Amino acid sequence: MVSVLDTKLGRDLWRIRGQALAIALVIATGSLLLVMMEGLVLSLEQTRQAYYERYRLADVFADVRRAPEAALADLVVIDGVDAVEGRIRGGALIDTAPGAAPVRALAVSLPDFGLPKLNDVLVVSGSFPQTGRHDEVLLLKGYADAWKLIPGDRITVSLNGFRRTFRISGLAQSPEFIYSAAPGELAPDDARFAVLWFRNEILASAFDMEGAFNEALISLARGGREADVIRQTDRVLSRYGGGAAYSLAEQFSNRFVTEEISSLRVSARATPPVFMMVAAFLLYIVMTRLIEAERRQIGLLKAFGYTSLEAAWHYLKFCLVIATVGAVLGCIAGVVLGSYMAEYYKVYYKFPFLVFHIEPASILISLVFSILTASAGAIVVLMRLFDLTPAAAMRPPAPADFSRSARIAGSFRSLLDQPSRMVLRRLLRQPVRALAASLGIASGMGLSVAMLGVMSGFERMVDVSFDVADRSDMQVVFSEPLGPDALHSIRRLDGVIEAEGFRSVAVVLRHGLASHRGAVTGLPERPRLSQALTSGLRPILIRSDGLILAQSLARKLGVKPGDVLTVEVLEGRRPVVNVPVAALTTALVGAPAYFEVSALNRTLGEAGRLSGAYLRTDGERSELLLELLKGMPGVAGVSRKADARASIREIMDRGAGATRYVMTLIAGLITFGVVYNSARIAFSERAHELASLRVIGFTRGEAGFVLLGELGFITLLALPIGALGGVGLAGAIAAGFSSELYEVPGTVTAGDMAFAAVVVIIAALVSGFLVRRDADRLDLVSALKTRE
Amino acid sequence: MGFAPTSSDPGFLYRTEGLKRIYGEGAARVEALRGIDLELPAGELTVFLGPSGSGKSTFLNILGGLDRASEGRVWFRGLDLTAMTDDALTLYRRRHVGFVFQFYNLMPSLTARENVELVTEIAEAPMDPADALDMVGLSARRDHFPSQLSGGEQQRVAIARALARRPDVLFCDEPTGALDSATGRTVLRALQDANRSTGASVMIVTHAAATAAMANRVIDFSDGRIRSVTVNQAPVSAEMIQW
Ligand SMILES: Nc1ncnc2c1ncn2[C@@H]1O[C@H](COP(=O)(O)OP(=O)(O)O)[C@@H](O)[C@H]1O
Ligand SMILES: [Mg+2]
Repeated sequence: MVSVLDTKLGRDLWRIRGQALAIALVIATGSLLLVMMEGLVLSLEQTRQAYYERYRLADVFADVRRAPEAALADLVVIDGVDAVEGRIRGGALIDTAPGAAPVRALAVSLPDFGLPKLNDVLVVSGSFPQTGRHDEVLLLKGYADAWKLIPGDRITVSLNGFRRTFRISGLAQSPEFIYSAAPGELAPDDARFAVLWFRNEILASAFDMEGAFNEALISLARGGREADVIRQTDRVLSRYGGGAAYSLAEQFSNRFVTEEISSLRVSARATPPVFMMVAAFLLYIVMTRLIEAERRQIGLLKAFGYTSLEAAWHYLKFCLVIATVGAVLGCIAGVVLGSYMAEYYKVYYKFPFLVFHIEPASILISLVFSILTASAGAIVVLMRLFDLTPAAAMRPPAPADFSRSARIAGSFRSLLDQPSRMVLRRLLRQPVRALAASLGIASGMGLSVAMLGVMSGFERMVDVSFDVADRSDMQVVFSEPLGPDALHSIRRLDGVIEAEGFRSVAVVLRHGLASHRGAVTGLPERPRLSQALTSGLRPILIRSDGLILAQSLARKLGVKPGDVLTVEVLEGRRPVVNVPVAALTTALVGAPAYFEVSALNRTLGEAGRLSGAYLRTDGERSELLLELLKGMPGVAGVSRKADARASIREIMDRGAGATRYVMTLIAGLITFGVVYNSARIAFSERAHELASLRVIGFTRGEAGFVLLGELGFITLLALPIGALGGVGLAGAIAAGFSSELYEVPGTVTAGDMAFAAVVVIIAALVSGFLVRRDADRLDLVSALKTRE
Repeated sequence: MGFAPTSSDPGFLYRTEGLKRIYGEGAARVEALRGIDLELPAGELTVFLGPSGSGKSTFLNILGGLDRASEGRVWFRGLDLTAMTDDALTLYRRRHVGFVFQFYNLMPSLTARENVELVTEIAEAPMDPADALDMVGLSARRDHFPSQLSGGEQQRVAIARALARRPDVLFCDEPTGALDSATGRTVLRALQDANRSTGASVMIVTHAAATAAMANRVIDFSDGRIRSVTVNQAPVSAEMIQW
C-alpha cells in the first residue's frame, strides 16, 4: 500500500510541477554535459585505440639515411620488439594545373607483395597497387576528395626530381595520417598535402634505395619497454645515419589527435561539475523556501509522533524525485547528444568507424553525482528540521518585524509610491534571502560570462596570431632551403612591398625526460612581418644566444629562461647542440621556438639558407603576384594568410573546440532556468499576499509590480556579482580548451559581461512575463484559502 | 509501557510541580508560566480558561510533549516527561496523545480520509479511519480535500484524526476559536462524545467561559499562574452551551 505521506508527496509535486520541472531541467543540463563529454572522450579514445590496433600502427618510428635490409634482423632481436618493417619514405610533388604550384606530398613504400606488417592502410575504394605494375599509386582519400580524383584517374608526380604519370589504383585512409599537414605548416589542409603509397620497387629505384630502407617501424611485444627499445634501436641504426627513434606519443598525427582528446577530457572533467554546482545551489535555495513554507505541516507531523528523521526523509524524497527525474533526463539526452557529437567527430577525424560507447558505470556515476550534488543543498536545509520543536513549528510564523525597514523605507516616503515601498521593505526585512536569490542568479550569470569569455577568447587567439604577431599577407615555402638570391628575386616581383626570409628546421628539443618534436624557426633579430610577442603583446627581440620559446612549449618541457635545452636537428648533418632558453613568448597558436636566423644557420653549417619568406603585398596586385610566385622555380607552396586563418578557424570550430558551442548553449539554458526558478519561488511565496492586495483594491498592474519589483532588484544585484564570478570561471574553463596546438586566453571582455547581462535581463523579463501571467489568472478565493 | 517510572505516583494522569516556561532573554524575556503545581485525574473533560497570553497554550504544549519546560517537572502516569529524550517524547506523542488545533491544521494536499490515515499509519492499534470519520458525522465527506470543507467540517476531521489512534489524552487548543457558535457546538459535542464513549481524557483550552459548564474540572489561568481550580459535579451537555 502506498503510504499517505507518499500520496501527499505526489500531490505536492504535482502542485508545483512547473517549478519542479524547471529545477529538474537545470539538473538535467548538468548531467547531460557530464554524460555527453565522458562518453565522447571514451568513444574517441577507444576508437583511436581500435583503429591503431586494427591497422597495426607502429609503437616506435626511426628515420635513417640509408640502412640495408639486413639491419632489420638486428632490430627484430632487440628485447621487447615484436615486429619490424623497413620502408622508404620521401618527399614528392604532385602537379596540379599547368603553371600552378605543385602540391607537396609524402611518398611511402608498401611491400612489393601483400600487406604491410606495420602501418597498414585502409583502402576505401579501388585497390592496392598491383605488384609488378610500375605505374600505380594509392592516394590519400582526403586529398583525392579535395581535388575530386577517383580511382582510374591519372596524376603526375615528381619523385626525387623525375616526373612520371601514375594511375590511381585506389584511395586510402591510415591511422598514421589522421591529421596531416605539409611540413612547416600548422593547420591541415586536405588540398595542400597528400600521401602517396607506392610499391617498394618504384620508390627503391626513385630514391636509390635498392635493398635498403630509410624508415624503420617497430611494434613492441607485450611488456616491451619503449624507452629501452628506442635506445637499442638508436644503437643499431646510428651507423646508418639514424639515432633519433621516437615513440608513437611523438608521432605528428597521433600527437594532434591525443591533444584534442585530452583537451576534451580536461573540459569533460572540469566543466560539468561547475554546472552541477550551480544546479545544486539553485536546489538549495528552492528547498530552503519550500521547507519554510511547509513549517506548519512539518510541526504537525512531529506533533503526531513522526520523528524528525521521518519528516526529513519525506522532504528529502521530494528533492530526490526532482533530482532523479532531472538526472535521468540528462543522462538520456547526454547519450543522444553524445552519439550525435561522436558521429560528427568521426567525420572530422576521418575515423573509418566510431561507436558511441559509454560505460554503464559512468552513467551510474553521473546519476549519483547529479543526485548527490542536487540533494546536498537540501540536506543542509533539512538538518535544521532536527532542531525545530513541534510547538515552534506549529506557531504561525511570527508577523515579520517591519519596524526597522519601515524606518529606512520611511526616509524614502516622499520619493516612493506605496507598491515601491512594499518591495523595498520586503527586501530590507529579509536581506539574506534576497542575497541568496541574487547569488543563485549570479551563479547562472557567471557561467554565461565564463562561456562567453571562452568564446571570445577563441576569437582573440585568432586575432592576436594573425593580426598582431603575423603582419604578413602571404607566406612562401621553398621545396628545399635556398640561398639569399631567392629572397632578392621575390623582392623584385611586382606587388611585393616587403619580404622577410625565415629558416625552419625540424628538431627534437629535449630537457631531462621531456622532449618535443617540432621545428625551430630562424628569424631576423627584429622581424617586421612575423613577430614573437610578450604577454602584453609587445614584440620580443629574436636572440642569437638563446631560444625564444612559446609558453605552452616551455610548460611541456618544464623549462624557464636560463635553462639549457638539447636541440637535435633532424635535417642535414643532424647536429646536436645545447642552447639556452632566452625568453618566453605568448604564442596562442602553435608551439614555436625562435632562433636568430644566422645563428641557426651557423649551427646547421649552412650559411645564408632560407626555407621561405613572409611577404607584405599590395592587395590590388595580389592575384597576379600569386600566379607569379607559383611559377617561380623552387617554390613549393604559397599560402595567403587568409587561408591559414581559415584553416585554424576550421580546427577550432570543428575539433575539440566545437564543444564550446554546446556548453555556451547549456550555460544560457541554466542561466534562464535559474532566473525562471527565482521568479517562480517569489510567486508561490507571494500568491497569498498578492490575492490580499487584489482584494483590498490594488490593480493587477500594481500587484504585479510588487511581485516583479523584487525580482527586478534581485536580478540587478546579481549582475555585478555574476560578472566577477565569471572572470574566475573563464580562466579555468579556457585552460581546459587549450592544447599544444592553440592556447585559449581566459580573459573576459566588457562586451562578454554586457552580453551575459543582456541574457540575464531577457531571461528575467521572460520569466517575469510568464509568472505575471499566472499572477493575473490567480483565483482570489482559493489563493486566500490555501495558506494562512 | 516502555518507560521506566521515575516517580511512583501513578494515581494521576498528570502531575506538575513548579513548572516554569521562560521565552527569550534580556529585554525580550517572557515568563509564560511562573510555577504551576497541578494534579489532573484520568478520564475527565478539563477546560482551561483565562485571558489571552495567560499561558494556557504553553501549558498544554508541555503536557502534550510538543514543548519543554524551563524549570519544574511534569509526570504522565508517574513518568517524568521533563526527563525524556526527544525520541522518547516522540514515542509518547505517538502512543498516548492526540491534538486538535485552532486552525485545524489539515494537510491541504490530502483528503479527509487521508488526513486521518496520516496518523493511523504510525499508530499501534488505531481505529478504521472510516469509523473515526463516522464518529464526527463526516462519512459522506471523506474524499473531500480541506479546501472543499467548511471550517466546522475541517475541525471535525481534525478531531477524527486525533481520535483515530485511540489516544489516552486529547489536547484541544481553542478548537472552536475560528468557528461560529452553532458550528462550535457540534465540535464540542464531538469532543464530549469522544470523552464519554472512548474514555479518553480531553483537555480543552478556550477563552469562552460558557464552555466551562460542560467540564468535569475547570482550571483558570491568569498571568502564568493558576488562579483557581473548580470541580464541576454536574457537567451539562454541549448542546446547552451558549456564547
Ligand atoms: N515562542 C514564543 N516566544 C516568545 N514568547 C512566547 C512564545 N510563545 C508564547 N509566548 C508568550 O508567552 C505568553 C503565554 O502565551 P500562550 O501560552 O500562547 O498564551 P495563551 O494560550 O493563554 O493565550 C504570552 O505572553 C506569549 O506572548
Ligand atoms: Mg493560546
